[in-house]
Amino acid sequence: MTDIIRLSAAQLAEKLRAGELTSVQVTQAYLDRIAAVDESINSFIVVTAEDALATAAEVDRLRGEGAQLHPLAGVPIAIKDVVVTDGVQTTAGSKMLEGWIPPYDATLVEKIKEAKLPILGKTNMDEFAMGSSTEHSAYGKTLNPWDLDRIPGGSGGGSAAALAAFEAPLAIGTDTGGSIRQPGAVTGTVGVKPTYGSVSRYGLIAMASSLDQAGPVTRTVMDSALLHELIGGHDPKDSTSLPEPQTGYVAAAEQGATGDLKGVRVGIVKELSGEGYQDGVQDRFDESVELLRAAGAEIVEVSCPSFEHALAAYYLIMPAEASSNLAKFDGMRFGLRVEPSEGPVTAERVMAATRGAGFGDEVKRRIIIGTYALSSGYYDAYYGSAQKVRTLIQRDFNAAFEKADVLISPTAPTTAFKFGEKLDDPLAMYLNDVATIPANLAGVPGMSLPNGVSDDGMPVGFQILAPIREDARMYRIGAALEAALEKKWGGPILAQAPELEAK
Amino acid sequence: MSTISRDEVARVAALARIELRPEELDRLAGELEVIVNSVAQVNAVATPDVPATSHPIPMTNVFREDIPVAPLDRDKVLAAAPSAEDGKFMVPQILGEE
Repeated sequence: MTDIIRLSAAQLAEKLRAGELTSVQVTQAYLDRIAAVDESINSFIVVTAEDALATAAEVDRLRGEGAQLHPLAGVPIAIKDVVVTDGVQTTAGSKMLEGWIPPYDATLVEKIKEAKLPILGKTNMDEFAMGSSTEHSAYGKTLNPWDLDRIPGGSGGGSAAALAAFEAPLAIGTDTGGSIRQPGAVTGTVGVKPTYGSVSRYGLIAMASSLDQAGPVTRTVMDSALLHELIGGHDPKDSTSLPEPQTGYVAAAEQGATGDLKGVRVGIVKELSGEGYQDGVQDRFDESVELLRAAGAEIVEVSCPSFEHALAAYYLIMPAEASSNLAKFDGMRFGLRVEPSEGPVTAERVMAATRGAGFGDEVKRRIIIGTYALSSGYYDAYYGSAQKVRTLIQRDFNAAFEKADVLISPTAPTTAFKFGEKLDDPLAMYLNDVATIPANLAGVPGMSLPNGVSDDGMPVGFQILAPIREDARMYRIGAALEAALEKKWGGPILAQAPELEAK
Repeated sequence: MSTISRDEVARVAALARIELRPEELDRLAGELEVIVNSVAQVNAVATPDVPATSHPIPMTNVFREDIPVAPLDRDKVLAAAPSAEDGKFMVPQILGEE
């Protein structure tokens, strides 16, 4: 059974097609693993074992009948709890939505169901995707499988930890400022934030609509490419969805895996290094650069001077949009309703009581910052200025992509920190996302893949950024680097992680 | 740039319809001042000649085919509401007076 759960999604798909494994066997192996270790790491809020096994049995039956199936049919998947699932509780990590059963599926869930991937359950996250540690979940924190005293990243800590702990071969994440890539970096897994609009946002519980993007959380670059092609593509229900088909990622990963990067220009972003970057993170980064050079890539240095202001612009734009998006949690149509403890029970007072009781600290903090930044007299100075910084960051990217085909940096400045270390210092927590945020502000795609272990024994992430609509480039470069690293290590990075004890 | 007082936090919380306990107001006032002072640096680089960007990939006039589609199932929607009656959402009184 151990062998099944350690296979990649691509390998599982191949064995399912060849009839060496059944989907029921695979799905049961993962459910057994969840039963054994999830009490220790708390990746899942809900496990949907019965539904998953029913889908698996259906795939096995159809395959037996010789039906044409999607390449990933029968490969199980976990879904971040910010994505709505028809008939299955969706909480976004908030008390506000405890027990809420959505009446519809997100578009990406529809695609997963059409392709018949058994859905294992919904993964834990920071409340409404606000956080970098999963400590802000109303359903308890998720623990990092590499070290149970450390954070699994956030907001998608549940999805990333589920992959690192072999509780799922695939998962869905969402990334507004790094919530797919940073958890990937600190858990030794792969995470991709596609170009804005590559994957439909219909059915994601929105935080910041101009920044949110769903994407793959996997253990290999190829698995991300396969999942990206499955969930990507135009959706008439999302007016920001890109009209062109989202294909070519698997082919790009295959090309990259040959290890030849001749003619590829790789740009090191000067501003995403130096002060604040842990020595072990910088060392692994420098080693990866040498591997890319050895594969034939031309390495250049690029400067993006406005990135210095990206964090500040992000912490105005994101709360401003979040404060508007979260206005719908008013205790009227879904989720929690709390009546005021005294005085008249009017709609307005019910709203305030509901939101006071249902939202956690970080959500309140961001709604209030956003409301403040949008309020009369401050709008131009804060929100207006932040939008101008966004223009400057886009210009920096445009200039850098004149000199390089892809840009690279460490994904996060440090490895996973210990629980509680940054909980009382919001600014320190926000600094985790310093290298991932520029991509969201500009809409460009970004990937994080593991590129080694730091001095503290924790995994390090390597970020690849590509121009808008050029997601294929990061699959090519990512697969090339992954192949070179695994050759050096003699296997995947997760083979270096300590064994989780089953409870 | 102005700093955020406890009263200001209370005013903004009322705008955002969030009831805060006194200790939450105290804590937020301190935290927000630090955060707002740190993000105020955007003013320094946002000179008048820089246009604002609201969206990463501008798209205008996005239409779908004008084909009727089924709305969400009413009973499923109402089943997930805090309170419903006669096929409608049941809400508290809207106005503060009888």
